[in-house]
Amino acid sequence: MIVKPISYNDINVNKMLEIRNLHKSYPIGDSSLHVLKGINLTVEDGEMVAIMGSSGSGKSTLLNIIGMLDEADSGEYILDGLPIKNLTEKKAALYRNKFLGFIFQSFNLINYKTALENVALPLYYQGMSRKERQELAMFHLGKVGLTEWSHHLPKELSGGQKQRVAIARALAANPKLLLADEPTGALDSGTSYEIMKFIQDLNDEGKTILMVTHEEDIANMCKRIVRLRDGVIMEDTKITQVRAQQYV
Amino acid sequence: MFDLDLWREIFQSINKNRVRSLLSGFTVSFAILLFVILFGIANGLKNTFKEAFGNDALNRVFVNSGRTVSASEGLQAGRRIQFKNEDYNFIKDEFQDKVEFITGQINKNVNASFRNEKNNYNVRAIHPDHQFIENTEIKEGRFINQNDLNNTTKVVVIGRLVEEDLFLQTKALGKYINLSGIPYKIVGVFADDGGDSEERLIYMPITTAQRVYGNNDDIDQITLTYNPELNYDQALAFSNLLTSKLKDRFSVSATDQRAIRVHNLATEAKRVNIFNLALTSIILIIGLGTLIAGVVGISNIMIFIVKERTKEIGIRKALGASPRSIVSIILIECIIVTTIAGYVGLLIGFGVLKLSGPGLAAYMIKDPYVSTSLVISATITLILAGAIAGYFPAKRASNIKPIVAIRNE
Repeated sequence: MIVKPISYNDINVNKMLEIRNLHKSYPIGDSSLHVLKGINLTVEDGEMVAIMGSSGSGKSTLLNIIGMLDEADSGEYILDGLPIKNLTEKKAALYRNKFLGFIFQSFNLINYKTALENVALPLYYQGMSRKERQELAMFHLGKVGLTEWSHHLPKELSGGQKQRVAIARALAANPKLLLADEPTGALDSGTSYEIMKFIQDLNDEGKTILMVTHEEDIANMCKRIVRLRDGVIMEDTKITQVRAQQYV
Repeated sequence: MFDLDLWREIFQSINKNRVRSLLSGFTVSFAILLFVILFGIANGLKNTFKEAFGNDALNRVFVNSGRTVSASEGLQAGRRIQFKNEDYNFIKDEFQDKVEFITGQINKNVNASFRNEKNNYNVRAIHPDHQFIENTEIKEGRFINQNDLNNTTKVVVIGRLVEEDLFLQTKALGKYINLSGIPYKIVGVFADDGGDSEERLIYMPITTAQRVYGNNDDIDQITLTYNPELNYDQALAFSNLLTSKLKDRFSVSATDQRAIRVHNLATEAKRVNIFNLALTSIILIIGLGTLIAGVVGISNIMIFIVKERTKEIGIRKALGASPRSIVSIILIECIIVTTIAGYVGLLIGFGVLKLSGPGLAAYMIKDPYVSTSLVISATITLILAGAIAGYFPAKRASNIKPIVAIRNE
């Protein structure tokens, strides 16, 4: 078992997230399935990390815990200096809204809302005024090149366009950390590279990005690959980023 | 606190999920519609029943006389019993605290005429109390009073239809009507909802009739109402006592069923009350049944809606929605849909009752109606039930881990 040691006395202000000895198991009938068996992981500000592993390796579980969509059984999780522990639902909702942006494999847009309304939704939960959030949502839609599609419903958009709306939505609330769960899993390779280009652009602008994927070529477009197997980190390497631009 | 954005979210959700909103609304509308119609019909039945008994007092006792069937105290069978004024006074004095109103009655058939109009009518000679026993409604003038009796004045009070028949378009009050050759002054015109025959009667002071038709003090029939505070058993005891006292007074055998006949409406009144009670229970059961069906319907729909929206709830939570905002968005949507749908059902129900009301009269259903307040309380019950039924699944959904909710397909 290769575990990259974390130096505890090196308290770096640039640390975006820090995870120590994280455990998670799911009950299955009478027994339980130990999914995460002591994960230690530190991600610094501005990193772009791919979490890889075969299905069942615990990669999505890890991402969900980082995203406060799920809770760990034990271990420490510090997000941007803030310990995440025993959160009430209300507090978790507030943190998710303030710190985190989500991109899902299945886009998860609300189907009866237009692209613009979907992007504006996190801003609604921030309590922003209608006019402000529409302007801001429009700005982010513009960044993913969908200004003209702002009043279309998700069903009128292609898969790539849907994922771009989802990216705009994830960015709208200006989160510290962007979490992507197989963002290209439902897309063909051409569209995948296009989406990866947007994500790389975001990282170039300084956003910290954590991405779960099982595709090597997508993982190689990140700056660091963490490989999980059976609930432990097998390998954690920094790599030279492959730019998606060249495939688009 | 009015949150415009919250309402905008809710109305968008209702509007964009039209099938879902319409379906849940339909259940509520239908429940209220059924409630209104069934309740209306039941009330219509009740009205018909009420009408059948008119507004005559239900605590009446009729006292009639006939011929004896058996010999008694040395007197032969076949003797004719005839009431007189003194018998009227006897009952009045003997049962002072039990009798509410009492009147004697003499019936005569007369040829009535006014100018060229002629017709045959029944004259009923009575005491003033008769007005309260029959619930006679005076339209013009007055009823027969004690003065008329004391002075044996030749005055009459005629029915609405007598005025219509004989006086055509003119007023009868104050004019003189000719009854079998004797002119009587009309001092009043009355109406009675007991039917046409009741409104073709002519009332006359009993003393006048006694003087004019035989110069005696005979009374054909005595009608009285007993004190309404008497209960059923007391009322029966009273009429039994009255019977035996009268039989003693006329030396009639206690087993003679024909010479003195006392008919107490209390028996009928009891039957009416039992029927009314049964009808009321049926109405209550119908109302409750429809409401329960509606409550079950709306509960099912709320559970379904929350299930359908689980993924949306997960997405909203991932984007930062608090559990409270999730619950309120679902509940308020449910309340709005139920309120509007309930109102629609109420309007349709009232419309149906109004349109079909006249046609239903043939089926013993008269004036079917439901009070607005009753329907509104029924609607509020449904809204509350919907809110409660929606609250628990909504609360549960708002507490599911977002990731579980999102994965829910």
